[in-house]
Amino acid sequence: MNDADAALDDAALDDADAALDGNAIAGLLASVFGADMTMAVGTCGSCGAVSVVAELVVYLTELGAVVRCRSCESVLMVFVSIRGITCVDLMGLASLT
Amino acid sequence: MAGTAVRGRLTWQTVTVGTVMDETPQVRTLALSVPDWPGHRAGQHVDIRLTADDGYQAERAYSIASAPGEPLAITVERLDNGEVSPYLTQDAQPGDEFEVRGPVGGYFVWEPDTGGPLLLAAGGSGVVPLHAILRHRARTGSTVPVKLLYSSRSWEDVIYSSELDFPANGVEVIYTLTRSQPRAWKGYARRVDEQMLAEVAWPAGQGPLAYVCGPTSFVESVATGLVGLGYPAGRVKTERFGATGQ
Amino acid sequence: MSPISRGFHRKREEAPAGRVPPGQYVTRDFPVLSAGPTPHTPLSGWSFSITGGRETKSWTWDEFRALPTDTLTKDIHCVTRWSKLDTTWQGVSLDVLLGMVEYESRYALAFSDGGYTTNLPVADLLGGQAWVAFNYEGAPLGAEHGGPARLLVPHLYFWKSAKWVRGLRLRDTDEPGFWENYGYHIYGDPWREQRYAGD
Repeated sequence: MNDADAALDDAALDDADAALDGNAIAGLLASVFGADMTMAVGTCGSCGAVSVVAELVVYLTELGAVVRCRSCESVLMVFVSIRGITCVDLMGLASLT
Repeated sequence: MAGTAVRGRLTWQTVTVGTVMDETPQVRTLALSVPDWPGHRAGQHVDIRLTADDGYQAERAYSIASAPGEPLAITVERLDNGEVSPYLTQDAQPGDEFEVRGPVGGYFVWEPDTGGPLLLAAGGSGVVPLHAILRHRARTGSTVPVKLLYSSRSWEDVIYSSELDFPANGVEVIYTLTRSQPRAWKGYARRVDEQMLAEVAWPAGQGPLAYVCGPTSFVESVATGLVGLGYPAGRVKTERFGATGQ
Repeated sequence: MSPISRGFHRKREEAPAGRVPPGQYVTRDFPVLSAGPTPHTPLSGWSFSITGGRETKSWTWDEFRALPTDTLTKDIHCVTRWSKLDTTWQGVSLDVLLGMVEYESRYALAFSDGGYTTNLPVADLLGGQAWVAFNYEGAPLGAEHGGPARLLVPHLYFWKSAKWVRGLRLRDTDEPGFWENYGYHIYGDPWREQRYAGD
């Protein structure tokens, strides 16, 4: 594969690379919940899929962090920091233990 | 002391840059001095926060490069359009201050009694937490067999090459160079695919444990490939770095 | 108090005075901020619909592209403080689209592939203030920037310019959309720095 092909491949991959996982918000979760949450088990309220938080899909936008189910892509958690206060919405989860 | 340690993990602490070392033209390791560092586990990361004199703050996560028991160090890859990585890899000098939160992460961690055999798969700077795992293994005298499959754009982009060229007993390093290769290169020269995994990975029957770290597309491709080779999904641990993540 | 990281500053470009709303800085980058996976709706399956009027009105891609278009150059302002000047777009004005619908509602909820929503007063969609844009800088809008078509409402913070837009639901009350629900301002005027609820 030559440089040009590789560069095009990289550009396509960059788009796919926007999605991270629960590891990326480990610090945020710890500051909100008071403990490491990457091994906490979440159940999707839409499709019932069960996953450790570390393996959920995370989108880090400058407006907030959006956590989605890896199976059905439903929004499970949203974290928004406004004026130094972090607002957490867990309504997409059926449970988090 | 335990209370202090817990607090330190959850709140921002001031760190001072100690020594800096360029690993490659794009990558630098920074030793960080933290007054009450509670120690860390191999595979964990820290959140770093920079503050400009107008109050603007930027936060990023970086994997810890050093092993438990060693002083805190992070390895940062400079992204051309980045905001934090150019500062950390080019501007930050010994004595400069910023903030750290952590260590964090209880999922992508390895201890000797976690066992193996281990398959470590690194895409680019994804090698950083896996390097901490390798150093921890060496420091504890663990004999768990390890294969590190390390995908890098070119030989010049390989991080920690001086250490990886002399792996410890029981550690095998397999490189694949995806963009350019040195003359007379006889190793893999393409992105990791199922065929390469089939040739490199421990057979599923040996009960291996995999740690896969790098850009999301790399992690998805490798994790899917390993599951396809019979690795139980629960034995494949993943940590995704975005293109802009670090 | 956080220590100052010596020599650290955000990337910024110079801008003519008065050109940039308060609290913003200029960038040449075009950051991609996505709250979800990039949708890839084939044009054969794409439609834009306006519901909540006397009748639902819907356009296929071909019908949409047969409508008159505007080419425009605008500054865009993100609530996260970056502004990008002189961005050029081509799109169909909401004056054209809403002009083909009978309605009485004063509010709209824009909705997108992937589930994103944002709310706007209908008045802010009219009068040459809003478009459904399909070209950016002379080329078809890339999927990562909201293509095949996104809402473009440059006089409000850019989170209102919904990517992958598929239509409007006209309503009698102003109901918050996705980010508005989490504390971002219900209206979002950059010149009055309406970033968060209560500003």
